[in-house]
Amino acid sequence: MFVKIKSKIFFLGCKDVIPLLIPVVPFGIIFGVVGIESGLGATITFLMSIIIFAGSSQLAFTQLFTSGATAPVIVSSVAIVNSRHFLYSAVIAQYLTKLKLFWKIILSYFLTDQAFIVSQKYFKQQPKNNLRHYHLLGSGFTLWFIWQLSTITGIVVGEVIPKELNLAFAVPLTFISLIIVDMKKLDHLIVAITSGIFAVIFFNLPLRTYIIVAAAAGILLAYGLTHTKLYRK
Amino acid sequence: MLWTTLILAGLVTFFTRFSMIALLKKDYFSPRVKLVLSYVPSAVFPAIIFPAVFLNSTGQLVFLDNPKVLAAFIAILVGYITESVIATILSGLAVLWLLIFFI
Repeated sequence: MFVKIKSKIFFLGCKDVIPLLIPVVPFGIIFGVVGIESGLGATITFLMSIIIFAGSSQLAFTQLFTSGATAPVIVSSVAIVNSRHFLYSAVIAQYLTKLKLFWKIILSYFLTDQAFIVSQKYFKQQPKNNLRHYHLLGSGFTLWFIWQLSTITGIVVGEVIPKELNLAFAVPLTFISLIIVDMKKLDHLIVAITSGIFAVIFFNLPLRTYIIVAAAAGILLAYGLTHTKLYRK
Repeated sequence: MLWTTLILAGLVTFFTRFSMIALLKKDYFSPRVKLVLSYVPSAVFPAIIFPAVFLNSTGQLVFLDNPKVLAAFIAILVGYITESVIATILSGLAVLWLLIFFI
């Protein structure tokens, strides 16, 4: 009986996340192609999708690595890109307090943007359900599986695609597509342009630290903006 | 070196996801912290976008005679109207290829 309910919740999680997978597939393919084009090699590109398992961070990692950034800069940039996970983690935490450490570790690994969005919604609707965490397992695992498949597809495509196509340009385009909806809000637009200008001005700082300087400028400005009239609910 | 960087980046990523799940018993972040965190993509991604679009391979600022600027502009326009990830990326690539191969 219990097993039946568990698998039912698990598959509901799988099903709920499917609509959000549509942009994940091209994103994974782009990452695979760019990984190959920038000379990371098939093994590293593939393992990065397993070890990091976060699209934006993986693209940032690759971009910085090809431009000659050192390990501390790459790792701290990944940390900044991932800082939004603190928010997801803090919101999800209240629903997982009773679980064993093993479960918390597994579910943390699967805590991506898409899984967070659908499972948090489900958790809210199920305040008394002790098996609700199977939903996050389902949504997270589905996303993980599709991400690995897309990466492999990208690696295969990347091996045969000619370099003249400049597919590395898909990296800035992907990042544009990820923030374009937020750019309709004036406060986000101001933060974005400031960060971009800082990145260009400080591009020649040693060790490619411009990304950290620009991100810090953007976040400080965002913090400032939350005190002004531009702050919207 | 690359391996160490990769594993450290993986650990950092896992830590950001695991941290609060490991520490908190309830939803703890103040609305202000949540609000500032919601700006993170807008604050970080342009730092990758701008240099990749406006700078050439030697790090020089190139506005004119740079097909990437127009390609990015069209992609932004298409993204703004359609709000579609795929349309944004494809339109930018299409314009870039058009400019490189045919004009």
